[in-house]
Amino acid sequence: MHAPAAASLKAASVRFGSFTAIDNLSLEIEAGSFYTILGPSGCGKSTMLRLVSDLIPAASGEVSIFGKTTEAARLAREFAFVFQDATLLPWRSALKNVELPLEVGRKRGIELPVGNRSPRELLELVGLKGRENALPHELSGGMRQRVAIARALVCQPKLLLMDEPFGALDEMTRDHLNLQLLEIWRETGTTILFVTHSIAEAVFLGQKVVMLAAHPGRLREVIDIDLPEPRTIPMRDTAEFTRYSARLRELLETC
Amino acid sequence: MAALDTLSPDADYEEAERRAIRRRRVVSVAVPVGTAVALILLWQAGVRFFEVPTYIAPAPSDVAGAFVAKSDVLIMNFWPTLIEALSGFFVGNMAAILIAIGFVHSRNIERAFFPIAVFVNTIPILAIAPILVLIFGPGLTAKVVIAALICFFPTLVNMVRGLESVSPQALELARILSASKAEVFWKIRLPSSLPFLFSALRIAATTSVIGAIVGEWVGADLGLGALIIDSTFNFNSPLLYATVFMSSGLSVLLFAAVALTERLVIRW
Repeated sequence: MHAPAAASLKAASVRFGSFTAIDNLSLEIEAGSFYTILGPSGCGKSTMLRLVSDLIPAASGEVSIFGKTTEAARLAREFAFVFQDATLLPWRSALKNVELPLEVGRKRGIELPVGNRSPRELLELVGLKGRENALPHELSGGMRQRVAIARALVCQPKLLLMDEPFGALDEMTRDHLNLQLLEIWRETGTTILFVTHSIAEAVFLGQKVVMLAAHPGRLREVIDIDLPEPRTIPMRDTAEFTRYSARLRELLETC
Repeated sequence: MAALDTLSPDADYEEAERRAIRRRRVVSVAVPVGTAVALILLWQAGVRFFEVPTYIAPAPSDVAGAFVAKSDVLIMNFWPTLIEALSGFFVGNMAAILIAIGFVHSRNIERAFFPIAVFVNTIPILAIAPILVLIFGPGLTAKVVIAALICFFPTLVNMVRGLESVSPQALELARILSASKAEVFWKIRLPSSLPFLFSALRIAATTSVIGAIVGEWVGADLGLGALIIDSTFNFNSPLLYATVFMSSGLSVLLFAAVALTERLVIRW
């Protein structure tokens, strides 16, 4: 008997009225791994994250997180979510935004898992030492997203769900944050499910790439990326990396 | 030496830049103030040149004279209007905020009461003022209610919009954090609504004064509104003009107080 999967979907479907967003999706997310999710628009990438994070219910099938229902996992703060835009509260300082998860939910009897890092240390971990009191509008887009990542880590989640978190950032910032995220992943040992629409980002970050197909959203293939760890930027110019990218592009065209 | 040589043009340039900014700032104050002074002088010259009788249009110097000679009367009538406007401001806005919270909390409350709120808003304040004076009598209450009524609707509409201005993602975040309804309200909805609330309060700051004065027109022996009626009927135009400037000064005072509070509260 091995440890339960970080997330497990069994024949899960999501419907909005008569529209099927996700059809019969079965997938096991191994604990501690870095998964990237790739697919054409309309394949239900974001919907899948929202299904796993208990934001939308499954029409049929089963979804569990570390063996629990998604609701139980949400109440236990087993997972955290990073949105495409940072979704910071604009009237709160960077530090106060990171502290938000520690302030809410207690009235529902949620026992907040205490992370081994304080909000201040988390801001330092994402490279924002000295900007604790800055308001979101005083920070750049990349910095705001790093605050959002620090906020997601404050309850030490075992599963981190990320919905195109770097999609709106420029290339340089994105590279930098990719490397930082990999470091955080190695250090915290958390499982990451990372939605992206960039093939390069999917290959660079993921140990496994989950390829979804559209209309309706369904699983196409899970591809192992056997690039050496830790990943480095120059690795993207290797023949191996290019081969993976080409393979994914080919798959994407037939989705 | 070379370093200094390359620095000095920069320093010169910065100095010139600073001087240009200072000049722009002086100009931005001098132009409107100069225009106002010129218009007042023109008014003075016109009244004197055409020998307009004082009761039809007093010269600015007559108005200034009234300000000095009747300052005790003006001040005595200033306080009641200030108190009525302030009380109306607080009552009207408080009611609007609480009802807006009710609307956002329950669609049924909104369905039930929003049409009524719209209807009340369509009645001209001058038409409803006598009714309210009949109901509440000639005392303070009627003026406060009229001032409150005039503040109410813009604040209600803005506050509802403000409370609903929360991004869907912020609500998703709240759900993932298993936040209770009360937590969502206090930590997300209410702060998000503040910029909307303050733009309504700016409007209310000036309209509450209008409400108080209209209330005093209908029936009062004290207050700037009563003084306006009184000096009109006595053809005391310099005092009438001085009272009008006093009323507008009161509006400016309340508006400035709201604007200052806004700047202190909303830093994002």
